[in-house]
Amino acid sequence: MPFEDYEPVIGLEVHCELKTATKLFCGCPTTFGNEANTQVCPVCLGLPGTLPVMNGKAVEFAVKIGHSLNCTIASYSKMDRKNYYYPDLPKAYQVSQYDKPLNYGGYLDIVTKEGTKRIGVTRAHLEEDAGKLVHAGGKSGRLDSSDYSLADYNRGGIPLVEIVSEPDIRSSDEAHAYLTALKSILLYIDVSDCNMEEGSLRCDANVSIRKKGTEKFGTRTEIKNMNSFKFVKQAIEYEIKRQAGVLDKGERVIQESRLWDVTENKTKSMRSKEEAHDYRYFPEPDLVPIILDPAYVQKLKVELPELPGAKRARFETDFGLTPYDAGVLTSEQELGKWFEVGAKLTKNPKGFANWVMGDMAAQMKEQEKELKDLKFDQKKLAELVDIIDAGTINSKQAKEVFLELFNEGVSPAEVVKSKGMAQVSDPKAIEAVVGKVLDENPNVVVDYMGGKQGVIGFLVGKVMQASQGKANPKMVNEIIKKKLDS
Amino acid sequence: MALSEKDVQYVAKLARLEVTEQEVAKYTQQLGNILGYIEEMGKLDTANVEPLTHPLDMKNVFREDVVKPSLTQAEVLSNGPEVQSGHFKVPKIM
Repeated sequence: MPFEDYEPVIGLEVHCELKTATKLFCGCPTTFGNEANTQVCPVCLGLPGTLPVMNGKAVEFAVKIGHSLNCTIASYSKMDRKNYYYPDLPKAYQVSQYDKPLNYGGYLDIVTKEGTKRIGVTRAHLEEDAGKLVHAGGKSGRLDSSDYSLADYNRGGIPLVEIVSEPDIRSSDEAHAYLTALKSILLYIDVSDCNMEEGSLRCDANVSIRKKGTEKFGTRTEIKNMNSFKFVKQAIEYEIKRQAGVLDKGERVIQESRLWDVTENKTKSMRSKEEAHDYRYFPEPDLVPIILDPAYVQKLKVELPELPGAKRARFETDFGLTPYDAGVLTSEQELGKWFEVGAKLTKNPKGFANWVMGDMAAQMKEQEKELKDLKFDQKKLAELVDIIDAGTINSKQAKEVFLELFNEGVSPAEVVKSKGMAQVSDPKAIEAVVGKVLDENPNVVVDYMGGKQGVIGFLVGKVMQASQGKANPKMVNEIIKKKLDS
Repeated sequence: MALSEKDVQYVAKLARLEVTEQEVAKYTQQLGNILGYIEEMGKLDTANVEPLTHPLDMKNVFREDVVKPSLTQAEVLSNGPEVQSGHFKVPKIM
């Protein structure tokens, strides 16, 4: 069956580490990168006789996430034990949430090439992170070839919110857009640093395919180990093709977990020896239920900042931006704030947006600068936009002026003045140069009269040359046409 | 609900317990008795009773997000049967 006739069905599970100072159930710090097993206490080590106590800040952050994803915040929530044996879990159970998650039934709007799409959020629940294992011995530190593993419990017990999407995602691009939008929200509401290299944001993807137009889901696989959004996209694309190949051969997709192998660019079966998981969830007896005061829940909602989606819509209306441009400018809170200040200082916010997303972004990337490092403010960039719109300088000169602005912080008006850049927009002056050029190129004039309209470009070039690039090219074009056609 | 020896073996495996055949027989009997006793409750009409998830009548016990001292690495690892470069060393997983 042609590949296009398959439709992928994708759901994402995102684990987000909260930026609390301490772990979920004890006062151990959550700092990343310290020496192994130095941020551990009897509680997170699961020693007998200890009792966990819930971190109030983690509950607050989790509710904020729920609000920002349009979830219902549970009037009654509780923690449960998820039981399994694995050395990254010293208690042999993870304290998580099963049937009474803190947040459920929300959604997230993403912007794709086809427009805005709503992706359902099944739940966003609170749980503790597991420790970290280093697989050692054998060859290349791989799980299946290692002789033993080393356990570091510094990460064990750090608060996580697991955000589970509905299987509403239909392509790797949509998955990427969902993750980008989600990360942006989490950063806006300041509950996680979302640092993927440090594992504060982790993603698993459930992927299946079905024949287009059918309702029934195909058998899904779960892809793990994707530590960048780029890998998520690549892994999903690979997995869709792999499953299509399996079905085309008349075989069945096996429900299993697969790992994304970065070096080989493929997903690989984890070939787990374990039988089907039986987590035997039951209520965590050491922690009491969470029954939040509706007034407190409402207060957290009111305190949320303007979220990327709302800001994007506002930028489209207020500044006439396209959804794409508004999306780029609101992807980071600081950038959105910076842009908005400047957009209000010029009559051409769209032009201002183009500079911010174009040359400014390019220079910042090239010179590894952040907004706080800039040598100029929004007022000066707005000045450049207005100078261009007034026709004082052409686009080539504008780039030169911008570099002066970016590198030295010199005001565009000053650069234009000191370099004598001001574009000649005086019709009389231009007419004089045009007359001279036409006199010097009688053959070209004849060609034009003979119907070769294309030669006008040559004449414009000559006039620009004669005026040392200062003539307003649009006016030059008009004046030449007027002269030749009269 | 009668408990089978297979159930006991399965639960023992999940709990990583080694049990002899005699023990399986014994536990099947004992656990079966316990479950049978609990099943007595099934006779009660609980249609209008909310499930109880915690025996204490308490809620929202939260602590401040303030760092407290952790154990030293030596203390943390002191119970580890095998230790290597600051880590607990555990046997091959797969």
